[in-house]
Amino acid sequence: MTDPQTEQLVRHDPTDVDLARGDDVGYAGPEDQPEHGAVEVLGLDVAAIRADFPILSRTVRDGRPLVYLDSGATSQRPVPVIDAEQEYVTGHHAAVHRGAHQLAEEATDFYEGARARVAEFIGAGRPEEVVFTKNATEALNLVAYSLGNASVQGGRGVHGSRFAVGPGDEILVTEMEHHANLVPWQELCRRTGATLRWFGVTDDFRLDLSGIHELVTPRTKVVAFTHQSNVLGTINPVPLLVEAAHRVGALTVLDACQSVPHAAVDVVALGVDFLAFSGHKMLGPSGVGVLYGRHELLEQMPPFLTGGSMIEQVFMDHSTYAAPPARFEAGVPMTSQAVGLGAAVDYLETVGMKAVADHEAELTGLALQGLSSLRGVRIIGPADTTDRGGAVSFVVDGVHAHDVGQILDDEGVAVRVGHHCAWPLHRRFGIAATVRASFALYNTPAEVDALVAAVAQAQRFFEVA
Amino acid sequence: MQMEQLYQEIILDHYRAPHHHGLRDRFQTEVHHVNPTCGDEVTLRVQLSPGADGVPVVDDVSYDSLGCSISQASTSVMTDLAIGVPLPDALATLEEFTRMVTSRGTVEGDEDVLGDGVAFAGVARYPARVKCALLGWMAFKDAASQAVDRTPDLAARG
Ligand SMILES: Cc1ncc(COP(=O)(O)O)c(C=O)c1O
Repeated sequence: MTDPQTEQLVRHDPTDVDLARGDDVGYAGPEDQPEHGAVEVLGLDVAAIRADFPILSRTVRDGRPLVYLDSGATSQRPVPVIDAEQEYVTGHHAAVHRGAHQLAEEATDFYEGARARVAEFIGAGRPEEVVFTKNATEALNLVAYSLGNASVQGGRGVHGSRFAVGPGDEILVTEMEHHANLVPWQELCRRTGATLRWFGVTDDFRLDLSGIHELVTPRTKVVAFTHQSNVLGTINPVPLLVEAAHRVGALTVLDACQSVPHAAVDVVALGVDFLAFSGHKMLGPSGVGVLYGRHELLEQMPPFLTGGSMIEQVFMDHSTYAAPPARFEAGVPMTSQAVGLGAAVDYLETVGMKAVADHEAELTGLALQGLSSLRGVRIIGPADTTDRGGAVSFVVDGVHAHDVGQILDDEGVAVRVGHHCAWPLHRRFGIAATVRASFALYNTPAEVDALVAAVAQAQRFFEVA
Repeated sequence: MQMEQLYQEIILDHYRAPHHHGLRDRFQTEVHHVNPTCGDEVTLRVQLSPGADGVPVVDDVSYDSLGCSISQASTSVMTDLAIGVPLPDALATLEEFTRMVTSRGTVEGDEDVLGDGVAFAGVARYPARVKCALLGWMAFKDAASQAVDRTPDLAARG
């Protein structure tokens, strides 16, 4: 992983004033804003970044400039990512790990090169710890199903002790999970007889750790939780949970969908056993995701999907399986998507994850400030940027989230409305639906202003303000 | 599109003061429908009776719901159009309403059939909102067909 301190910080050109509301698109912190005409601002050059994302200059709904605040659902892609896919497809495509011809070799190099870049990006010790999947959902299911396979009577018994779960065992999750890190565990429990338990969420939108000693016990076999809530923005205390889990010998599974795209994530520093994220939320293509797994565990874990490419030897009545990561990549994998993800990682590294995180923290702070200045708007999540990322969900008293979203859309502001695949969390707060704005490195303070103005417009339209 | 065309006054009126709202005790069937994408919900009850000519008549539709202005208003309009009407006519109205809101804006809707329901024509331009507009109507269709199935008196003649 690149040391954030040594990352190249892109110099902000103070003459780039068009996208921001002033010259302050550098991010040294809100109380530390440079004066007008300041010579140098550490941070990222958001105008230059925006120029790399062609879609951001289009208009929507009767010619309004697009204000894209839905990167938590999926991010947009920069030209280098699009070009990387194109270069691969037009010049080097073949089925990877198969065939003895030159194209197959080149394709394999592209694919494995992407794996190595992703591994380095997240601080994995070796590329084999990175398994490509369809998306984070598949990565999380991969772990849950592999554990399920290890738990089946008469299954590959040698793996039984480490990965098997059954009656009396517990799987621990949280009430703030995305359905992708909840339903697979419900299903694993249903299939094996294990019991699902969960951390609740406090009234101030943090994990309720008060019952941690009753929840994390020798019965706990898996602790699966999100790094950053895709609704609340809350960043969870990974080291504390990992330590508690490992003390009782439980495996840890971190849903890093909303953290890897937005800040430097180092799997070794975090100490997690498994970590999942999606390419399409980090400037990469859809159709590729990642499961990181500690090598020692992947080596012992039985496969999820089976078939071609994941075997060692096949006989009519049984088979043996390849070493990881191949064991977990059955069939011909997605290739141009993996290549695009490699390019997305390069792009993020060039900007620097520290600069990305600072920039997004600035936008988040402005959004929290701007939205809470509107009477009748309630933020569903921590009120300031401490241990909080850039998913900003809110409700508007008297106006349903869908209706707010409709007015925002009419103003060109693209947000997500609904329960954001975290229905139990919404139920916890007695809310059917929220509006969620979420940021990426290409968003500007002016776009935050557009959001706040559009919400005020929705209040006027529905006559609640 | 102008938001005033989507959110016509009629829709906002129904939203602010929904008709026939609340669950009433007289019913043959009760259903619970949700819109899984946004979490909107409706619990809806239907009471049918054999009409004079043997055709079932919608005696009452009562409901409790949670949702956006489009889904709330549309359910309210639906009860206006269904209550007191022979079931086949109510279902024909439902057909026409569905045809209009799923048309991506190509079908205006027959005002003679739909009454206030034509105000929802603008919804058809927003595919994400079609499910909102249909939530209450689909619940009604489900509850009414269960009522027909479960009530031999109605099934025989309906
Ligand atoms: C926290 C979190 N987990 C999991 C997912 C699922 O990601 P995907 O749909 O790409 O598999 C998402 C995306 O919506 C998410 O935000």
